[in-house]
Amino acid sequence: MNDMTPPNIPGAKTLPKDWETDQEVRWCPGCGDYAILKAVQRTMPEIGGRPENTVFVSGIGCSSRFPYYMETYGFHTIHGRAPAVATGVKLANPDLDVWIITGDGDGLSIGGNHTMHLIRRNLDCQVLLFNNEIYGLTKGQYSPTSRVGTRSPSTPFGSVDRPANPCAFALGAGGRFIARGIDVHKNLPTVLKAAHAHKGTGFVEIFQNCIVYNDDVFAPFTEKKNAGAAQMWVEHGKPLLFEGGSKGLALDHERLVLKVVDVAEGDWQAAGVIVHDQTNRGLAHMLVEMPFGAFPMALGVIFDDPAPTFESAVVTQNAEAAQGKKPDLQKLLSSGQTWQVEKEPRVE
Amino acid sequence: MATAVHEVTPEEASANPPAESIVVRFAGDSGDGMQLTGGQFTLSTALAGNDLATFPDFPAEIRAPQGTLFGVSAFQINFGSTAIETAGDAPDVLVAMNPAALKTNVGALKPGGLIIADEGEFGQRNLDKAKYASNPLTDGSLGKWQLLSFNISQLTLDAVKPFGLGNKEALRCKNMWTLGLALWMFDRDRQPLIDWLNSKFAKNPTLAEANVAALNAGHAYGETAELSGPMHRHHVPAAPVEPGLYRTVTGAESISFGLVAGAQLAGVPMFFGGYPITPASAILHHLSRLKEYGITTFQAEDEIAAIASAIGASYAGQLGVTSSSGPGIALKGEAMGLAIMTELPLVIVNSQRGGPSTGLPTKTEQSDLYQAVYGRNGDAPLPVIAARSPADAFDCAIEAVRIAVQYMTPVMLLTDGYIANAAEPWLVPDMNDYAPFPVEYLENVPEGGFLPYARDEKLKRPWVKPGTPGLLHRIGGIEKAVGTGNIEYGPANHQEMTDIRRDKVANIAVPEQEVALGNASGKLVVVGWGSTFGPIHQAVRRARARGQDVSHVHIRHIWPMPANLGVLLKGYEHIIVPEMNTGQLKTVLRDQFLVDAKPLNKVSGQPFMIAEIEAAIEKGLAA
Repeated sequence: MNDMTPPNIPGAKTLPKDWETDQEVRWCPGCGDYAILKAVQRTMPEIGGRPENTVFVSGIGCSSRFPYYMETYGFHTIHGRAPAVATGVKLANPDLDVWIITGDGDGLSIGGNHTMHLIRRNLDCQVLLFNNEIYGLTKGQYSPTSRVGTRSPSTPFGSVDRPANPCAFALGAGGRFIARGIDVHKNLPTVLKAAHAHKGTGFVEIFQNCIVYNDDVFAPFTEKKNAGAAQMWVEHGKPLLFEGGSKGLALDHERLVLKVVDVAEGDWQAAGVIVHDQTNRGLAHMLVEMPFGAFPMALGVIFDDPAPTFESAVVTQNAEAAQGKKPDLQKLLSSGQTWQVEKEPRVE
Repeated sequence: MATAVHEVTPEEASANPPAESIVVRFAGDSGDGMQLTGGQFTLSTALAGNDLATFPDFPAEIRAPQGTLFGVSAFQINFGSTAIETAGDAPDVLVAMNPAALKTNVGALKPGGLIIADEGEFGQRNLDKAKYASNPLTDGSLGKWQLLSFNISQLTLDAVKPFGLGNKEALRCKNMWTLGLALWMFDRDRQPLIDWLNSKFAKNPTLAEANVAALNAGHAYGETAELSGPMHRHHVPAAPVEPGLYRTVTGAESISFGLVAGAQLAGVPMFFGGYPITPASAILHHLSRLKEYGITTFQAEDEIAAIASAIGASYAGQLGVTSSSGPGIALKGEAMGLAIMTELPLVIVNSQRGGPSTGLPTKTEQSDLYQAVYGRNGDAPLPVIAARSPADAFDCAIEAVRIAVQYMTPVMLLTDGYIANAAEPWLVPDMNDYAPFPVEYLENVPEGGFLPYARDEKLKRPWVKPGTPGLLHRIGGIEKAVGTGNIEYGPANHQEMTDIRRDKVANIAVPEQEVALGNASGKLVVVGWGSTFGPIHQAVRRARARGQDVSHVHIRHIWPMPANLGVLLKGYEHIIVPEMNTGQLKTVLRDQFLVDAKPLNKVSGQPFMIAEIEAAIEKGLAA
C-alpha cells in the first residue's frame, strides 16, 4: 500500500509478512509469479534487508507489477528501461539495495540493450529475469526466448527465429554472477541470497510458468517426475552430478565440450566428473549453453566471480577528481579569459 | 547580443555604419582550422572591448574530403562599437582559404566587400573540385568585389621554414598566418594569442614558435607589404557597455554554468545523464569536469537510458538532468511521460538542430517547439523555456531548475545549435544577486498520515527519498489514485488526475511578458522566441529609427505562457512571428489567444538576416 503504513522501526528484525503490501495481487491464479513473490519475501529477512533501504525497480509486463506487492520503495517504470532507472537510483544513492524485476520480453527484447550495459558496467544490484518464454500481459505473443515453432497469435504458423539464452547473454555481456532458479522450487531463496551476497550485478534467470499462455513449457525439467534426470543443481566445489548421482558431466578432451558420463557406485572421480568451480568462466559458458535433452538443465549458482562495481568506481573517481578543489561558483563563472569594462567606455 | 544597456539613439539605430561594425567571415577546408581561427579572433575582439556576435558554420563530416564544396567550414564574426545582436547579415570581408570556400561563401559578401584569397590553393585540382571552369581570381568574375590574393600557403611555408617542420605540419600554420593578417587589419593585440599558443603547445615548443612566427608574419605582411589593393587598417572603437567583469561564453557553457548554479541554489546534488549527439554534447563535456560541485555525469548507452537514469536519480533525491538534440529528444518522449506521471523533477535540455530525422546535424533550426509542447503520448503537459542567446541561457537554466524542483515536474529548456556554438561577451553575474530556492524533502509522516500524491497549494506532491523510514511507497507510469498514488483505472479518477496534471503546469508562476523594444500596443509587433532575438531586435530598432510604429516581444516562457501575453498581443494591429521553422509558435499563439499571428519562416539552416525581417515589417505595415 502507498499510505498509512506504520513506520518500520529501523534495526528491528523483519518477518516475511513485513515485506507484504496490502495491494491486491493481480496475477492470474496459479501464476508462477506468486511463488517467486513468496520466495523473495522469505529471502529479505534472511539477508537482513531493511524495507526503507530497499528499492524494487521494474519495467513493463506481468513480472513488472512485482514492486507494488513489496513493502519497500518501488518504481514501476517503462518497458525495458528498469536497468537504466536503477542505474540512476544506485549512482544517486549507492547505499540502497536495488532489485530489478524484469521478464524475457522486457529484459531481452525491448530492453536488451540496457540489460547488456547494466551487466557490462557491473552495477551492484540483483536482476531477477522471470523467463516464461511468452508475452503474457499482451496476451500470448511469442517472445525472444520462445522456442522455434512456438504458435502464438502473432506466429499462427509457428515462430521461425531462434531464441535467446538469457544466461548465455548475461555471461556474454561480461556478467560476474549468473544463476538459474525455478519459480516453485525450494532452492530459489538460496539462489536469491547468493545473488544478493554477490557485490555487482547478480543475474538470476527464473523459469516461471505462465499458466494461461505457455503452461508447462518447462515441465520436461520442472515436473517432479522429471526433476532427478533433468535438473542439475550445481554447487561450488562439488562434482557436477545429477540423476541421484548416477550421472555426471565430464570433459570431452578431444572436442573440448562437455559430455554426460555414467557414475558407477558413486565413484564420480573414476568417471572423470568435473568439480564445479563457480569462478571458471569457460565452464560457466559450457553449462549455460548445454542443449537440454541431451544434457540436464544446469541450475543454481553457475558463475560467481566478483569484480569492482560501477557505482563504486564512479564514486571513487568523483571524489578523486574533486579532491583539493573548492567548489567556488563565482570563480568558475569568472574563469577563462576575462576583461574589465570601466565605468566610462574607452574612447580612442 | 545585448550587453549594451544604454538607450539606443536614432543615430545608432539608423544602420550599421561601416566604421562601427564589421562582419568578417573566415572560410576554408574543414581541416584548415577555421573554427580555431574564428574563435581566437573572437577572443581578441572581445579583449579590444568590442561587442560581438559569432556564427560558426561547419559541415557534419569531421574531415570531409579536402577541397570539396561540402567540406567547407566557415566562421563569421560581427563586431563593433554599437550593441551587436546578430552575427551580421552580409560579410564585409571574406577570407577564402581555397576555391571551394570562395564558391560557397562569396555570394553572401556585400557588394564592394573584400575578398582575401590564398592563391596557392587555386590550382587546377582544387578548381575542379570546387567546379570552377576557370580560375575566379584571374577571370574577372569577382568584379563586384575587391580582391586581394596572395600565396598564403607559400608565405606561411617561408615564415615557418626555420623550425624544420614537415610540409604538412608547416601548412597547418596557415590559419595563424591568416589570423595575423586579420589582427593587423582590425588593429587587434597579438599578445593574448601568443600567450594562448604558447600554453596550447607547451609540450611542443617548436610548434608553438612556428605558429607564433606564422601569426607575426601575417601581421607583418599587412604592415609592410606593398599591397596594390584596398587593404587598409580598420579601427573599430570599443562598444559602450555596462561596466563590470566580462568573458566570452558559448551557449553550451552558459547552460552548464546555469545548471550548476540552479542546483546550488536548490541545494541539491545534480545527476546528468547524457548520450553524445551534435550539437548537445558540449554540455556533457563541460559538466563532466565539475565533480567538485556535486555533479555526477553518466554517459548512458542511449538517449532513453540517459533520461531514464536521470529519472532514477531524481527518484533517489538528486536533480536529474538530461540533454540532447531533436532526434534524441524524440527517443526520450516516453520517459518524459513517466516523469510527468510520477511527478519527479527533471530538466531536459534540447539543443535544436535542423530536422526531421537526422536532418542537418550542425545547422540551426527552431523546429522542435511542437515536440516540446505537444510531443508526447497522452495529455502530458510540461513547462517549456527558451533561451534567446548564449548569455541568456544561464538565467534560463536556473529558471528551469527552479520550476522543476518547486513544482515536481520535468522542464524542457530549448536552445539551438546557433546558441550552443556561438560566443558572445557576457557580463559575469554576481551569484549574490540570485535568491536561493532550497528543496525540501519529506522526511517524517505528516499529521494525518502520509500520502505520496498529497498536494500543496501549488499542486506539488512531496519529494521522498528512498532510505527514509516510514514513508515507503511505490510509484509508476500507470494511472494513480488521487492522493494515495495506488494503481487506479477508474474513469472519474483519470479525469481528475488529468485535470490536476494540466492545472499544475498551467498555474506555474511565470513572469509577466515584457516588451523587449517599443510600446505595449500599436500598429505592429514582431514576436519571437529563442535565437531569433538578435535579428528581430535589430530590425525593429531600425524600423523605429525610421519612425515606424513597431515593437518587439520575445517569449521566454513558451509553456505555460505569461498570463498577460494574450491581452498584450491583442493591443497590436498586426503580429509577425519570425521563426526558423514553418510556423510553430505562430500556431500556438493562434490557438491560445485567437490572434491573427502571421508567420515569417526560414528553414535554410542559417539564422535570419536583419534585412529579411525588415522586409517583413515593411510588408506588414503596408497591409
